[in-house]
Amino acid sequence: MVADANVRMAELDQILERRDRDPGDLLQILREIQELRGYIDPATVTYLASQLGIPRARIEGVAGFYSFLHLQPHGEYRVLFSDNITDRMLGNQQLLEVMCHQLWLQPGKVSEDGLVSIDMTSCTGMCDQGPAMLVNGRAITRLTLQRVQEITHLIRNRTPMADWSADFFRVEDNVRRSGPILDNKLAPGEALRIGLNIGGTAIVEEVKKSGLRGRGGAGFPTGLKWEACRNASGTIKHVVCNADEGEPGTFKDRVLLTRQADMVFEGMTLCAQAIGAQHGYLYLRGEYRYLLEPLQEVLQRRRDSNLLGKSILGQAGFDFDIEIHLGAGAYICGEESALIESLEGERGIPRNRPPFPVTHGYMQQPTAVDNVETFCSAALAIQMGADAFRAIGTEKSSGSKLISVSGDCPRPGIYEYPFGVSVREVLQDCGAVNTRAVQVSGPSGICVAEHEFHRKLGFEDLPTAGAFMVFDDSRDMFEVARNFVQFFAHESCGFCTPCRVGTSMLKQTMNKIADGHGTQHDLREVEHLDHVLQTTSHCGLGRTACNPVLHTLRHFRPAYENRLKSLDFEPGFDLDGALERARQMTGRDDAGAHLNTEEA
Amino acid sequence: MSNTFSLDGAEVPFAPGQTVMQAALTAGHYIPHLCYHPEFKPHGSCKLCTVKINGRTAASCTMPAEAGLEIESDIDELNDLRRRLVQMLFAEGNHFCPSCEKSGNCVLQALGYDLEVHAAGFRHQFPDRPVDASHPDILLDLNRCVLCELCVHASSEVDGKNVFGFSGRGITKHLIVNSESGKLADTDIALTDKAMQVCPVGVILPKRVGFSQPIGQRRYDQRPISAQALDDAPRPSTGASHD
Amino acid sequence: MTEKKKLRIATTSLAGCFGCHMSILDIDERLFPLLDLVEFDRSPLTDIKHCGPCDIGIVEGGICNAENVHVLREFRKNCKILISIGACAVTGGLPAQRNHLDLSSCLTEVYLTEPGLAHGHIPNDPELPLPLDKVHPNHEVVKIDYFIPGCPPSGDAIWKFLTDLIAGKTPELGHGLINYD
Repeated sequence: MVADANVRMAELDQILERRDRDPGDLLQILREIQELRGYIDPATVTYLASQLGIPRARIEGVAGFYSFLHLQPHGEYRVLFSDNITDRMLGNQQLLEVMCHQLWLQPGKVSEDGLVSIDMTSCTGMCDQGPAMLVNGRAITRLTLQRVQEITHLIRNRTPMADWSADFFRVEDNVRRSGPILDNKLAPGEALRIGLNIGGTAIVEEVKKSGLRGRGGAGFPTGLKWEACRNASGTIKHVVCNADEGEPGTFKDRVLLTRQADMVFEGMTLCAQAIGAQHGYLYLRGEYRYLLEPLQEVLQRRRDSNLLGKSILGQAGFDFDIEIHLGAGAYICGEESALIESLEGERGIPRNRPPFPVTHGYMQQPTAVDNVETFCSAALAIQMGADAFRAIGTEKSSGSKLISVSGDCPRPGIYEYPFGVSVREVLQDCGAVNTRAVQVSGPSGICVAEHEFHRKLGFEDLPTAGAFMVFDDSRDMFEVARNFVQFFAHESCGFCTPCRVGTSMLKQTMNKIADGHGTQHDLREVEHLDHVLQTTSHCGLGRTACNPVLHTLRHFRPAYENRLKSLDFEPGFDLDGALERARQMTGRDDAGAHLNTEEA
Repeated sequence: MSNTFSLDGAEVPFAPGQTVMQAALTAGHYIPHLCYHPEFKPHGSCKLCTVKINGRTAASCTMPAEAGLEIESDIDELNDLRRRLVQMLFAEGNHFCPSCEKSGNCVLQALGYDLEVHAAGFRHQFPDRPVDASHPDILLDLNRCVLCELCVHASSEVDGKNVFGFSGRGITKHLIVNSESGKLADTDIALTDKAMQVCPVGVILPKRVGFSQPIGQRRYDQRPISAQALDDAPRPSTGASHD
Repeated sequence: MTEKKKLRIATTSLAGCFGCHMSILDIDERLFPLLDLVEFDRSPLTDIKHCGPCDIGIVEGGICNAENVHVLREFRKNCKILISIGACAVTGGLPAQRNHLDLSSCLTEVYLTEPGLAHGHIPNDPELPLPLDKVHPNHEVVKIDYFIPGCPPSGDAIWKFLTDLIAGKTPELGHGLINYD
């Protein structure tokens, strides 16, 4: 036992050693312990507190925030089914039920022998090859009944995951239409050399001139951001690449990091040169854990080619390197200030703004945070020149955009278009027929109905981070909205009252309507909640959490009304069901021992 | 004219570095608030102090004051939102005022009174939350926690102890205690700590003290919170009184 | 001159303690001017057993058993305006503090394991209302139009509320009259 304890302690010390006992690396340390042990026990938390010199409550707080970290045993095999609406449309709920049945356990619970737990998780970014799941953090795609049965068998036999067939873990790129980014054969260092020739100020000017706007959804002009960061006072500056691609239905960053990692890092390094940064971070969502080693290889190759490190390409004083931080299951960390908190090893709570990250970002130092695709586009703009870049797309939306197409169509995958493409063209290209609606830019985006399919993707009309989920006329748009509402309730950080309580209540009300107990009163309550969320929430998550309901109520109100009782009011719980326990205890089943849920 | 903004039509002066809330309170204008405490850095989680600044809603406790801002606060639309936020907080926890020692001195309750909140309006969540009576002198009743974070800041910034923290997220976010057992008895909290004084509701209470003031003489029996908060606000040491 | 038609009021106490009804009586001598304006239907004050059509229903106490549901529905069906009065009606109140306990453990404790119970059994007489697994405030079971908080609300608060309502004004309590305890 003592020897065992010593081994365990030595393992911890190794992890701590590698991380220099830096409390700023707390999330990375916890993630590594989770990977090693399957959970983080109380004694470990106490030990970490003593070693890192921070309160154990902070460690418990961080571990309790991220959904892939566990403070209690969670099974040797931790199975998480991706629960985006596209996974649901492909039958993930049925597969989960089958697996739970075969392994004799309830969703969310750990089996009695401690072998396995099964639960749902937010979209894992495999919508074009779903239903998908994560087993101990590793992505598995293209689930079928047969695959689930095979996985069940492997788990029951305690087969180490290293011995599972590689085919389970195969992730396709599914590039269906490529353009200047995906076709790009940029040689490592090519754009950087141009940057070194023209200098930092000129890079900023060129990016400004290109009209490039952020690809994460908000569309802030990238050149202005870099300029603000360049002008911000302070000698230490940072470049952060936001690869926390958590918006359900989006998976284009995964493909860019798989196929065009050099272009991403090239863009980051250009940014470093432009703003005068020394440190770069790629914040990779935990769901893309499998990309960590390949990306680290790319970084090492770039260091070996003097494209990272000291005196990059021989330019004295141009010192810049990139490290990769992994997330651990928190959509909110895609919000740039929450991402920075997470990078600092904290709970991912969005900061108050102002001040903005360009002046007070990572470690309160000037920081440029941009999306994966934005960095690719910046590299492209420098490579081809601002004028050529500007010639692509539309006036206010220059360049090309990667669209992640999923849902009801025969050819889901990645489509690169110049900005300005219409919803209808995308639908035609992916082969969608009888389309009822498209959810553009994910749950926080816009639900576009058939009469609006002429609308164009771009900042002038339909701004998008890239998600494009297709729903045909067999789909129930109420269920789509309900899935999205559940997503927001699951991902609310809990900081502000309206979002913490409001998203949860919205979920309950949508469930009540789904269960057939909804009334006009509930629709009014939904509208009240929406108003509170929209006007008082701390960040974009809360402010957009009601969008799915607002948009579907606007376009598909009958999908709600069909479910409502004609009454104006009905209880939010099953009255007769609430008597069940007392019936059991008393053995009664007479008429007085029952209640109609509807008033007689 | 330069260092003033307009609040519901009144000119409010401010000092550099002040937030809208700080400037308003100093100048004798009340904006409803719960998680804001004059002695701590504002963090803006409760959102009761939401105002309209040049037409856009924002939390006034964290918004830096700027010259020329047009701010609306005491208007029906905002008071209606505040009412709903108070209702959400009442529905989220287990708030049984008649059996709470803090009743009459409770900020959440006083806000409810001032905003004429007659009922929670939303479905009560009745969450299952623990009561920690392990400490010989101090009771911790998490049923009433509104997650304002004041005890966390008071304990770390004033007491230098870090007795409290937060774990979980979303609706499961909850206050935790800095000990391996999770019990208050195993922390170094003391009755004299600042953390004992800042809870706006009845979560952190000294034991063996309850209902010590008769009904009618408690803090918010005597004056509504809108008047009390102005009395508590830091005042400029010189210059004209607000009265 | 015809006499103005009196408003008809019904009152009841569900999972409450009758404290709110005591408080209604606490409006003291103002009961006389009140009785010029209203007459009582079903109420502990009249002993009328079932509610007829009424203008105002006042319900004390929340919902803890099947009978409470039936009575509350009777009130909702017959009363144009339905008021929840007191902490129990408005929030579930003291009875709702059992909500974090499992009902079976409550029944077992009370009827089987409590010291001093010999040959105890859980009553199963159909005459007795069955308890619900959780206690609910009234507005979770039927639509409630107004709420008078307090444990109990003071006679003054009730007076102010009712006279506002009878005068056709949206009732407002204001500082000193609105209380949750």
